[in-house]
Amino acid sequence: MGSLSPTTAEIVRESGAVPGAEYLLEVCDVRKAFPGVLALDDVQFKLKRGHVHALMGENGAGKSTLMKIIAGIYTPDSGSFKLKGQEIKLTSPLDALRYGIAMIHQELNLMAYMTVSENIWLRREPINAFGVINHREMRRRTQALFDRLEIDIDPEVEVRDLSVASRQMVEIAKAVSYDSDILIMDEPTSAITDKEVAHLFRIIRALKAEGKGIVYITHKMNELFEIADEVSVFRDGRFVGEHPAADVTRDDIIKLMVGREVTQMFPKTDVPIGEVILSVKNLCLDGRFHDVSFDLRKGEILGLAGLVGSGRSNVAETIFGVSPATSGQIFVDGREMQIRNPGVAMDAGMGFLTEDRKESGCFLMLDVTANMQAAILRNGYTRAGIVQEREIERLCEDQKTKLRVRTPDLQEPVINLSGGNQQKVLIARWLLTQPRILILDEPTRGIDVGAKAEIHRLICELAGQGVAVLMISSELPEVLGMSDRVLVMHEGRMTGILDRQEATQVRVMELAAR
Amino acid sequence: MASETVLPSDVAPRARRRLPPEISILGVMIGMMLLFEGLGWMFEGQSFIANPLRLKIMILQEAEIGIIAVGVTQIIIMGGIDLSSGSLVGMTAMIAASLAQAEGYTHAIYPSLTGLNPIFPVIAGLVAGTFAGLLNGSLIAYTKIPPFIATLGMMVSARGVADWYTNGEPIGNLSEAFGEIGAGWWPVVIFLSMAILFHLALRYTRYGKFTYAIGSNPLAARVSGINVERHIVLVYAVAGLMSGLCGVVHTARAISGQAGVGMGFELDAIAAAVIGGTSLSGGVGRLTGTIIGAVILGVLTSGFTFLNVDAHYQEIIKGGVIVAAVIADQYRQRKRRSV
Repeated sequence: MGSLSPTTAEIVRESGAVPGAEYLLEVCDVRKAFPGVLALDDVQFKLKRGHVHALMGENGAGKSTLMKIIAGIYTPDSGSFKLKGQEIKLTSPLDALRYGIAMIHQELNLMAYMTVSENIWLRREPINAFGVINHREMRRRTQALFDRLEIDIDPEVEVRDLSVASRQMVEIAKAVSYDSDILIMDEPTSAITDKEVAHLFRIIRALKAEGKGIVYITHKMNELFEIADEVSVFRDGRFVGEHPAADVTRDDIIKLMVGREVTQMFPKTDVPIGEVILSVKNLCLDGRFHDVSFDLRKGEILGLAGLVGSGRSNVAETIFGVSPATSGQIFVDGREMQIRNPGVAMDAGMGFLTEDRKESGCFLMLDVTANMQAAILRNGYTRAGIVQEREIERLCEDQKTKLRVRTPDLQEPVINLSGGNQQKVLIARWLLTQPRILILDEPTRGIDVGAKAEIHRLICELAGQGVAVLMISSELPEVLGMSDRVLVMHEGRMTGILDRQEATQVRVMELAAR
Repeated sequence: MASETVLPSDVAPRARRRLPPEISILGVMIGMMLLFEGLGWMFEGQSFIANPLRLKIMILQEAEIGIIAVGVTQIIIMGGIDLSSGSLVGMTAMIAASLAQAEGYTHAIYPSLTGLNPIFPVIAGLVAGTFAGLLNGSLIAYTKIPPFIATLGMMVSARGVADWYTNGEPIGNLSEAFGEIGAGWWPVVIFLSMAILFHLALRYTRYGKFTYAIGSNPLAARVSGINVERHIVLVYAVAGLMSGLCGVVHTARAISGQAGVGMGFELDAIAAAVIGGTSLSGGVGRLTGTIIGAVILGVLTSGFTFLNVDAHYQEIIKGGVIVAAVIADQYRQRKRRSV
């Protein structure tokens, strides 16, 4: 089965494709695996002409992966992909655009130092016979587009001078400018105000009326009921079900999103909980989060839940001194601490496993030993200036055995290790510092089930030894299964602290999604 | 045959025997020498290698580049770059020379400071170099400007200082005692002892571990509690010190101070590091590789001169060799990663 050439694709598009095709897009049995994770497992998705089809699911449920497949960014491992009844195969985002599929990305993709109209018509600039760009024509087209969409932005202004909300509107206009049949919107309202949301919905309704199909990813329930015709729910890379939006309630959807048997999966053991070791009062980081207060006790696991962007990770970074607080207080053992940098936090007995392994965790090019020893070298383990390699290697070897890190030896660069094993190496880095307070940001993200269970068991063991654990996770079952208490955040504010008994998935989602 | 099947994921991959990464580049060096040896017998009727004088000139020439390459390599391992080392050689050469003039020389720069113990010009050169390095490092660590820009500025300014110092006039009539420092095999001894010292430091001390960590991932280094800024300043200061040392050694060897000294050294030093396997993206590299890299550059120059190849061709080929070395290295790393 060869892919159609773009020209054929255009013909298909022009002709309105196969007669009687009820669906603009039909995706069947799509499967996509990444190293260590099955991101999509035999997923179905159908989009009708003139409809808005919403995708719901927790973080990591597979929504974004599916969208990226539809937009030609990822190629599926298997499954069929029909556009207006015609089997096709996408090989690149450009290919998808040619077939009439445009995507508005969650993270903005505009060039800051180019003007609005240059951004919109990038690669499609009106040119004359000598290849010179006709700026006046480009400007006229932009203005016409903006008039149609009732957007009030000067086409000649540079994108860096626009607010985030205006940039989002430019992205939307750019996607519309392709005159695509299918528009994918990945959380288009995450950065805009209510006024612009209303504007966006007007645009969406106009596009619907033109017979276009819209795939709409969102975490916000109220938007779903306002704009969507159908809703498909995903969970753990599986398609859970499709329903007309009018037939389901908010509670139905939450249940579909989270419903699974989980409690037995986690080896949470009851350990004696000791005195307060870390106390946070009215902590603020301007522009990120406000007024966060909680106590953390010895042997306790405090879960920190909330959607991506709710400020969870910022709280962890602030407590550890990566981005020091703008106001508020942090007490360790009842003494107030000025945590200006990670060194101070480490001296107070803290350890911090960061969210992004590659970005702020691993020294990818360096070997296992170098990665494990990074946090202990700053005090000790040297004699007359010489690092005590033999002693450190013995410690690393112990950790390797204890955490069952699968590596040929300690000299292997961690870039060659799997995600789960890299994570174990980073956990070992912090265990070597013998922390009394351990902050874990997404400790099991992107690693396979087996390694996950091992890490969960380890966290419980640590709590049993009296370590206070603050655990952030996007996976609700993990938070609920592991935590003694759960602190929920929404848009930079605490919306509640739930005890283990009252923390149900539905309750947490209510506080997190509002 | 085995009746039990073991899933591949259940067994830890067996440890591979690791050869030192310098082996391949050492092979290139030896191959190059043999090539010149063969060409020598073919076209010149004599041996390339078995010529002590030629080897000595070659080694002395590269020893100076080697000294600054010791500092530059460490900066590159830390994820930075140093364009100022050549200019700093010029600047420190002038400063050292001005304090090293022979006793009673009436036209001296500082007539009252002639005939000093050589320790003074040496210290002056080293301090000036270290100071410039501190400035480089502070700019990079605390204003967050890219190392390329900071050291480019230093490269231009330091050359300016060197020219301004005597209005471009050379400084001659240096004392014999000072000249001793650059005599005979001393430059080579100094180069090798610096290379060994810092090789050990990179390998066995916290200084080295932090350098690799910062080069590999500065953010992760910070989260691990490493004082990244302070370490950056320290490593640039060390590199400045090496430039100062090179300036002193060169001045002593030439027994005169010239403002134009060290022109282009910075690029040769970077080339030696890169040929030796140091990655410009940081986190990877060893000084043993840099030593071999410096020797390869020396073999090229001296080999072409030996074969009477025109100087222009020499440069053209040298450029190609540098690029080829990096391509080969990238290829090797990609292969390694996909294992």
